[in-house]
Amino acid sequence: MKAIGIILAGGNNKMMRELSNKRAIAAMPVAGSYRSIDFSLSNMTNSKIQRVAVITQYNARSLNEHLSSSKWWDFGRKQGGLFVFTPTITADSSYWYRGTADSLYQNLHFLKNSHEPYVVIASGDGVYKLDYNKVLEYHIEKKADITMVVKKMDDRSEINRYGVVSMTEEGRITEIDEKPLETNLSTVSTGIYIIRRRLLIELIEKAAEEDRHDFVRDILMRYKNIKKIYGYKLQTYWSNISTVEAYYKTNMDFLDRNVRNYFFKEYPDIYTKVDDMPPAKYNCGSNVKNSLISSGCIINGTVEGSVLFKKVYIGNNSVVKNSIILNDAYIGDNSYIENCIIESGSTIKANSKYVGEFGPQIVTENNPVYY
Amino acid sequence: MIKKEMIAMLLAGGQGSRLGVLTAKVAKPAVAFGGKYRIIDFPLSNCINSGIDTVGVLTQYQPLRLNTHIGIGIPWDLDRNVGGVTVLPPYEKSTSSEWYTGTANAIYQNLEYMDQYNPDYVLILSGDHIYKMDYKIMLDYHKANNADITIAAMPVPIEEASRFGIVITDSDNRITEFEEKPANPRSNLASMGIYIFSWKVLKDALIKLKDQNECDFGKHVIPYCFENNRRLFAYEYNGYWKDVGTLSSYWEANMELIDLIPVFNLYEEFWKIYTKTDSIPPQYIAQDAYIEKSIIGDGTEVYGKVYNSVIGSNVVIEEGAVVRDSIIMQDSVIGKNAVINKAIIAEEVVLGDNVELGIGNEEENQKLPKIYNSGLVTIGECSEIPSGVKVGKNTAISGKTTLEDYPGGTLPSGGVIIKAGDNV
Repeated sequence: MKAIGIILAGGNNKMMRELSNKRAIAAMPVAGSYRSIDFSLSNMTNSKIQRVAVITQYNARSLNEHLSSSKWWDFGRKQGGLFVFTPTITADSSYWYRGTADSLYQNLHFLKNSHEPYVVIASGDGVYKLDYNKVLEYHIEKKADITMVVKKMDDRSEINRYGVVSMTEEGRITEIDEKPLETNLSTVSTGIYIIRRRLLIELIEKAAEEDRHDFVRDILMRYKNIKKIYGYKLQTYWSNISTVEAYYKTNMDFLDRNVRNYFFKEYPDIYTKVDDMPPAKYNCGSNVKNSLISSGCIINGTVEGSVLFKKVYIGNNSVVKNSIILNDAYIGDNSYIENCIIESGSTIKANSKYVGEFGPQIVTENNPVYY
Repeated sequence: MIKKEMIAMLLAGGQGSRLGVLTAKVAKPAVAFGGKYRIIDFPLSNCINSGIDTVGVLTQYQPLRLNTHIGIGIPWDLDRNVGGVTVLPPYEKSTSSEWYTGTANAIYQNLEYMDQYNPDYVLILSGDHIYKMDYKIMLDYHKANNADITIAAMPVPIEEASRFGIVITDSDNRITEFEEKPANPRSNLASMGIYIFSWKVLKDALIKLKDQNECDFGKHVIPYCFENNRRLFAYEYNGYWKDVGTLSSYWEANMELIDLIPVFNLYEEFWKIYTKTDSIPPQYIAQDAYIEKSIIGDGTEVYGKVYNSVIGSNVVIEEGAVVRDSIIMQDSVIGKNAVINKAIIAEEVVLGDNVELGIGNEEENQKLPKIYNSGLVTIGECSEIPSGVKVGKNTAISGKTTLEDYPGGTLPSGGVIIKAGDNV
């Protein structure tokens, strides 16, 4: 493809509550086997983008571990490859990334040393499938300066956590509002952009000169009348996981056969780091209904309407309902868990009870386990 | 100069004809096992876990699946700059080209492969056993005894000993006699088909025996070395080891994995078994599904009921279907309301709605009673079975079958329908 890729995966926000203590949002486990960033990474490799940079900042340990080898996404190539850029102190700069535009500015060498004419920018917290070539075709056809992938939201309850846009009939974006307190618009930016590489370098350098650091506020919003910004409407599934509620709902969406077929059965595949777990094991006393179960799980109790990530252990007589159990969690015997998100590596004592009364409750408990 | 202390040669060319239609189109080491693995994953994982990073895999019979599975060895970390895994098929020579005619002949034809690594020791393995073993400990034992050949051997019940190659040892475990499948065994130490040779001894024996017809380790090389007063030792192994060469032993070994705490435990962090992952997504268990005492692979969707079974990856078990005491390999589809009892269903099989497998009384198989027995129904890969048919016990089906193949909609116990594959 005629583009390089950049995935912005440095972010964190308060709306992930305790879940972001452990990791950047892009490293959040999603849909049993995956991490959030796998979707953008797989879309890039499936779109034949060969050179991809992941920009990280906040608590990157978990993310770096996930990206420790690029072979899972077929990026271990002589042509191209996967680059991970964490802020470093250099002769010119001793700042952390002060914003998205600044994070690109601090890694300008990556943009300058590439020869592909276009850049695809995506975020690490979107769950979707997209062939970026289609967006690029649209970008070229519209003679756009910047193309932004947008999605019309039917559910407007969380609209104020997005950037919202209004578009003309033929797709030109006329208005951009970032996280508005009140709006009657319902089309949101997915944080996916295509832009010509030279133009991006120019805009980023200009912003840096003016001491501006945010890509949306300081570039898109300011240039919307000068540059031709077009919206590409995404018609297929897209979800941003960056609040606890959205994270919970996105995982539960995978209990729907249509969503599973779309992501798991339809070509192309989503890839992730493979960690050699044995198949899931159901012992006597297990009773699993309407749930996703990942490899390495051992189940002795009841699981209903839930998503179990890898290597979860469910004890005898325990009941797990409408919950998300992250990797490596251990649920002791006779426990009752409802409407919860159990943090990875948690060890829940026998006879515990956790019920999320007002939306999903995040549970972290670390007790010694004696096998 | 390249130098590897020990390299492994893995014999994976055999057909495994006793697995019937399961090996109609794949070599035995590539047959699926345990819901996720293939048989060859066990010796390959043992190699890398034992620190052996140079493995030659000798292939001959139906190698496509095996080649695809092994690739350049990435799943086992056997993609190396020096060494790693090398697939070694028979090749044409300027004179006397031949297939691999026996286990030792296959190794003999690859002397040059071994020579390039300058090994001190060569480990000979076969690709049809399920076990976890640290070959490093066996090598230490070999060195401590100053042995020329060390044979791994395990105690078997004396009544079964006549099925194996039996070694008789002195108090130092030095082998004093060697009997191949004796009628009246004098010991219960059975050879496991795992040998460590000192390289010079192996090379010398292979060259001396190069004109031997169908040159075989058990029949020719070991007796030759024994007669030439080489130091042969038995390395006693007491862990789990299973030869899955017959349908009933293959079925049993799978079923042993579903015990509450299996003797052969895949869930331990120590000594992991690696495999090529063909499917990543989690499995989905539907609202009306029920699963008890089973293991289930990634990406599988269960809408029916599963008891005491081993289900592979990407399988679909539709609503109302009931699966009991069975093995279903990857990518197969079980139709609505199908009833399956004690069956082995290979990869990519499509079973129609309302099909019943394993009904009625046991009858001896008409064609191959030595292969199809123990009440099992065996379905070869890529088979299709039309909706509504009933299939008895001790039966085998391979290929795309239609209603005409089932007079009266039934394949009675002991029947066979073979429409595809090599061993028709």
